Amino acid sequence: MPEALSSFRICDFTGQLAGAGATKWLASFGAEVIRIEDPVRQGRWDILRGIPPFVDERRGINLGGGFNNHNTNKYGITLNLRTERGKELLTDLIRVSDVVSENFAKGVLARWGFGYDELKAIKPDIIYVSNCGFGHVGPYSDFKTWGPIVQAVSGLTFSNGLPDHEPAGWGYSFMDHTGAYYMAMAILLALIHRQRTGEGQWVDLACTDSALSLHGPALLDWTVNGRPARREGQPHSNRNQWPAMAPHGIYPCLGEDAWVAIACRDASDWQALTRVIDEQWCAGSAFEDLHSRCAAQDALDSHLSGWTASRSKFDVEHVLRGAGVPAAAVLTPEERIDLDPSTADYDLWPTVSHAEMGEVRVDGQPVHFSKTDWQLERGGPCLGEHNEEILTRVLGLSADEVAELTADGVL
Amino acid sequence: MTALTGLRVVELAREPIALAGKLLADMGAEVILVEPPGGDPCRTYPPFLDDEPGEERSLYWWHYHTNKRGVVLDLDAAADAERFRALIASADVLLEAEPRSRLATLDLDYAQLVEQRSDLIHVSVTPFGRKDSKSDLPYTDLTIMAGAGPPWSCGYDDHSLPPIRGQQQGYQTAAHFAVLSILTAALYRMTSGEGQFIDVSMHAASNVTTEAASYAWLVSQATVQRQTGRHAAVTLTGATQQRCADGRYANTGVPPRFPDEFGRLLAWLGELGLVEELPESVFLEMGANWEGPFDLSKIAEDDTIAAIFGAGREALQLIASRLAAQEYFIGCQRAGLSVGVINSPEEAFEDEHFKARGFQVPLHHDDIDRTITYPGAPYQLHASPWQLTRRAPKLGEHTDEIFAKLGVAD
Repeated sequence: MPEALSSFRICDFTGQLAGAGATKWLASFGAEVIRIEDPVRQGRWDILRGIPPFVDERRGINLGGGFNNHNTNKYGITLNLRTERGKELLTDLIRVSDVVSENFAKGVLARWGFGYDELKAIKPDIIYVSNCGFGHVGPYSDFKTWGPIVQAVSGLTFSNGLPDHEPAGWGYSFMDHTGAYYMAMAILLALIHRQRTGEGQWVDLACTDSALSLHGPALLDWTVNGRPARREGQPHSNRNQWPAMAPHGIYPCLGEDAWVAIACRDASDWQALTRVIDEQWCAGSAFEDLHSRCAAQDALDSHLSGWTASRSKFDVEHVLRGAGVPAAAVLTPEERIDLDPSTADYDLWPTVSHAEMGEVRVDGQPVHFSKTDWQLERGGPCLGEHNEEILTRVLGLSADEVAELTADGVL
Repeated sequence: MTALTGLRVVELAREPIALAGKLLADMGAEVILVEPPGGDPCRTYPPFLDDEPGEERSLYWWHYHTNKRGVVLDLDAAADAERFRALIASADVLLEAEPRSRLATLDLDYAQLVEQRSDLIHVSVTPFGRKDSKSDLPYTDLTIMAGAGPPWSCGYDDHSLPPIRGQQQGYQTAAHFAVLSILTAALYRMTSGEGQFIDVSMHAASNVTTEAASYAWLVSQATVQRQTGRHAAVTLTGATQQRCADGRYANTGVPPRFPDEFGRLLAWLGELGLVEELPESVFLEMGANWEGPFDLSKIAEDDTIAAIFGAGREALQLIASRLAAQEYFIGCQRAGLSVGVINSPEEAFEDEHFKARGFQVPLHHDDIDRTITYPGAPYQLHASPWQLTRRAPKLGEHTDEIFAKLGVAD
């Protein structure tokens, strides 16, 4: 049992990745995270509950692979908040929790009668963390979002791509992951504040704020120098502006959809690269210093692509690394998960035990603590899987009472 | 007082962890940035104040080191190593991204530093973790990301174009996990009195930040393929980016799939006078009046469902071709559709929503007597707010002050 956060209980309404990813961190370090789900809609607000990938041919709301990945080590209970008894039980649970977390649209929890003022009345030092795309304050706070919309509005989609092409953006919800990281930070910060002062608080997390804050130097270039990121030749995100490096890109290799990343940080990397390549084009004055290489970067990339294209990505990686030049093959999921000893040796893909899916591998945490490391053992909870355990152990009900509540449609 | 007031963090200046130190400093931690003689190389990174290079003019530096104080120490020299030990004795956290073996070689690694400070939290950020010899390889943000998964999923439908990386997100993601680790360890220390050593791997951090690319493989050994501006997927999906009338793009997110969404879309088409131009409008009307669940999983076998769903997409494309991207975004959202304008960073920064949330934060720079507008808070903690109170330190600006207080000045 991991113990770093084992003294904290989270009353958790989060779902999808943007919310569930946050409480996954807490659960990995031993916090008691109790997911509250709606029995009437079978928890389908979290669409990941019943969608692919699946471990086998079975389908159902307990079998979504993404849901399992994001909800390991959490407990799951169902509460029908349309009923008075359901609301009473939630009130009892909040009274013994440290944090209430959610990533609904603005106002959902308040409409159920559990806005921050009500939460505070139940437990004066409660920490309430709301997470939605545009936050709970501001002209767009009623707008609907999910990861790709957050990324679009906040500049992250625009910033990824090639000049004279439409944005490449992100091929996944980077801001669901990263919004979850910021949400977890916010919860931890608020817990530290409460431990020191006794004071709880509401945190208004807007994923678009977190995303926009990642553009610091570009935004200062705008506010100080008036230079916009939307300009000729930009974005060119496989190149590096701060600092300038050349070559710096992702180049084609032998084989289908095979690529290698190469970066020369300085003159010595460039000289090492040219010694490996040993072709006429890299010896000339056209590329002799950083300034000339940056000015002729298209031509440089074209020459370098010609060299990489007749070699395998792993050969290029190997020979350049041997020469001291930063290089890395672009790895496929199989290559980085099953064939890369670095991730296996780091125990990055732990196996958890899920009540219906069985043994499944999931994303671990990319850190190791010397004394109180994370641990992931249980799979994501099936719908209502821990009703009896939580209601008896945490709220002091009897098994008979739980059975009655189930029969009455409260659970 | 804010959340981390009084928490002293020593940060050994290195590019990958600059954001981690900033996140702590902006929440009130007392972050002391240790630079080598001559300064951290990031001081030379563009962009520069008024486009003129200079040691104290890097806007890159300014951004990532707000609220920190700065000292210079040559850890290779015995006297400065002694000062560093004194600094650690006064500190709660050491945050560093030094080459894997450097601190051990200097007798300044966790094993030695706990003698100065028994409850120290020491966070090491390396490319592949402290135990992996691959951490000794040369690296940049680009190579970290390439080997860890993000570029495999990002790029274009046309796979003759290269996969695309983000801008510094490899380092940023590692920094996020460094902060999560520090806050978690700090909470544990508050109850147990114990510090510890924490090993963060940049490679691992991005590996677990790739969403379905990882779990599609972990769960069902399926491989996602990248697509333009949308989720890489095992089964390819339709385009979601639209070029609007002003040449800017919008992301259409999930197309309409509920009767009320079809209804609002049809009404909006009417307001814009475009119903006549879209022969498929009739299907929108059918969608708006649909009885029972509109089951998209039947799209392959039910021509009516396919026609209605298709009409939603067609209607959005028509509207996008007639409106500027921002206008299209606002109109779609008012119709209840999850659509986003694809802003450049400065376009978002100047948007009324972010301004209303207080995202533009002024900070006076005493040395140049100018007020600079910075990006604001990633989260709003109402009782312990994010704050910007101090510009980035000049090289060695606080060396004398800090070591005099520790009684180990020159």
